[in-house]
Amino acid sequence: MVTVVEDLGWSATRFVVDLGRLARFAAQVARAAVAPPIRVRLFVQEVFKLGVLSLLIVCVCGLAVGMVLSLQGYHTLVRFGAEQSLGAVVGLSLIRELGPVLTGLLATGRAGSATTAEIGTMVATEQLDALRMMSVDPVDLVVTPRALAMVFVMPMLAALFIVFGLFGGYLVGVGLMGVDPGSYMSSLQSAVDFRDDVGGSLLKALIFGVLVGLIATYRGFFAAPTSAGVGAATTSTVVVASVSILIFDYFITALWGV
Amino acid sequence: MSRAPLRDLLVGLFVLAGLGAVAYLSLSVGGLSTHGPGGLPVFADFDEIGGLKPRAQVVISGVKVGQVASIALDDKYRARVKLDLDAHLKLPVDTSASIMTSGLLGDRYVSLQLGGESEILKPGDRIAMTESAVVLERLIGKLVYGGDRGKTE
Amino acid sequence: MVSPSVTNGVRDDPHVELVRVRMAFGDREVFRALSCRFPRGRISVVLGGSGSGKSTVLRLIGGLVRPQAGNIWVDRDDVTRRSERELYAVRKKLGMMFQDGALLDSMTVFDNLAFPLREHTAASEAEITAAVRTSLDAVGLSRVDELLPGQLSGGMVKRVALARAIITRPIILLCDEPFSGLDPVSVKLIEALLVRVNRQLHATMIVVSHHIASTMRMADRVVLLLPDGTVDGTAEELRRSTDPRVVAFLSEDAPPPAPAADARW
Repeated sequence: MVTVVEDLGWSATRFVVDLGRLARFAAQVARAAVAPPIRVRLFVQEVFKLGVLSLLIVCVCGLAVGMVLSLQGYHTLVRFGAEQSLGAVVGLSLIRELGPVLTGLLATGRAGSATTAEIGTMVATEQLDALRMMSVDPVDLVVTPRALAMVFVMPMLAALFIVFGLFGGYLVGVGLMGVDPGSYMSSLQSAVDFRDDVGGSLLKALIFGVLVGLIATYRGFFAAPTSAGVGAATTSTVVVASVSILIFDYFITALWGV
Repeated sequence: MSRAPLRDLLVGLFVLAGLGAVAYLSLSVGGLSTHGPGGLPVFADFDEIGGLKPRAQVVISGVKVGQVASIALDDKYRARVKLDLDAHLKLPVDTSASIMTSGLLGDRYVSLQLGGESEILKPGDRIAMTESAVVLERLIGKLVYGGDRGKTE
Repeated sequence: MVSPSVTNGVRDDPHVELVRVRMAFGDREVFRALSCRFPRGRISVVLGGSGSGKSTVLRLIGGLVRPQAGNIWVDRDDVTRRSERELYAVRKKLGMMFQDGALLDSMTVFDNLAFPLREHTAASEAEITAAVRTSLDAVGLSRVDELLPGQLSGGMVKRVALARAIITRPIILLCDEPFSGLDPVSVKLIEALLVRVNRQLHATMIVVSHHIASTMRMADRVVLLLPDGTVDGTAEELRRSTDPRVVAFLSEDAPPPAPAADARW
């Protein structure tokens, strides 16, 4: 019985220590981001790896989610004779919640885990130590471009997810279920407000980008230098980042006053 | 160009697409206006605003010409609504404002009906003629009780 | 416990020196009070069995790990007293050849070699190309410029790693197991290269290895890490030593210890 309590205490302490280490790591990344040398080429390379290569999955999933929302939404609204508001329902769901959150989760699974594996492997093969011995800060060269790229890319991926979702919703609602196209678009436009909805959505995506960027690089950087360690770090990234996204989603939604 | 011009091109296209999506959502869907706020602030006092919210639309003949900037109580406990209208509007001083409902259960908005005077509203003026919102419960209440009263009188 | 060391006095001035260094990872103590000197411009070899802490010595010198106690002098700088930022300045004098190369696997061989030059010098691309060519020639490699590290054989990786370590003309060169995983021909090749680098660059070299034959041949100084202390001296001195531990370690002709009577397999 006592050992259970002891274990809990240890876990809690380890968690707080981990959090502290993450905060210090984040400060290092931020400092490296603003101090020279500014590594533009590496940043562009990472935007390519994280953004361009995630495009297909984000757009396909966005389309699919929009189509499902439209289908489900129609069946519910038609019971109240309110199917002309379908545009608003699909749009608001996508913009406020599903766009940033699902994009965040997709990016975590695809780009986040890849980042952790890459950096973890560099630790295991002593590449980061080699950088230190060559008087190059591994945080500046390896971590910061990846973290910044993730922050930059996330709002854009989320916006693309939403646009494809709206299109998918249109395809199903107007094309399949026969909702009037004019009503779909006008209900969408009148229901969506820039500051509350789109602004909040982009803010969420930005914050999720920071979360995934930091967690993925942190886990890779401090991975145990074995293949098992890298594997564990990658799994941890996906789990921790996904949970963090969902928890932060609640708090941002509550605080943004939507 | 760096040694991978194709990659840079794709990144550039990606950024364009992303920014384009953001712009579309902000402007077309979200209704962010590229020109600044209206420019013609006028006030209107109502006895009952019935669920009218700030940023609700202000329309003339069904066309949006501005939005509700703020709602407050004046010292006579009437609702003082500040409307932010497009600057180029020329509205006679006897224009009236009514609070309507879009659809049966929809959002409230303000509809303006033009008057006939030659003098036009200037920034900060007050619209004198207003028609308060129709609240469904009171309407039903009038029907239910008003019918009885009609019989007894 | 300070070992009975076999030193040659202070005739060769120490370029790198460990003074009573204690290193422990958690509960596991690697050495309690290690003291040794690496003379300037000479090839020093750190020998020892697996787990004796050989590679740790290099990491301590490079400031990659910090000791629990003791001082480490690298060219008159005590790296135990330096912050991470200050260490970057010290490391500019060092070159390190890692056991598996530690080449940046996303870059070509050319970019790997050019990397330290691009980071720390204002050399033009033409100058960098010339320097890379020279380094690759020095280690006997050609036509590997555009290959990725993953496409190189073990021996080639070691040679590229050596080339990278010397391209900035360091005054102290650290080599972690340069002979590991190589066939006998490649071992001789690397040995020759290391000796040549020492002659041409006059760099102080500290080589960590468990490859007794090659290291005894090329070493000016040998530090033998044993579980109960260190023995250091010239290669000749160690070969003539009567210390039973040294004899046991150096003797490759000795039969392996008999397995326990009840051992299966």
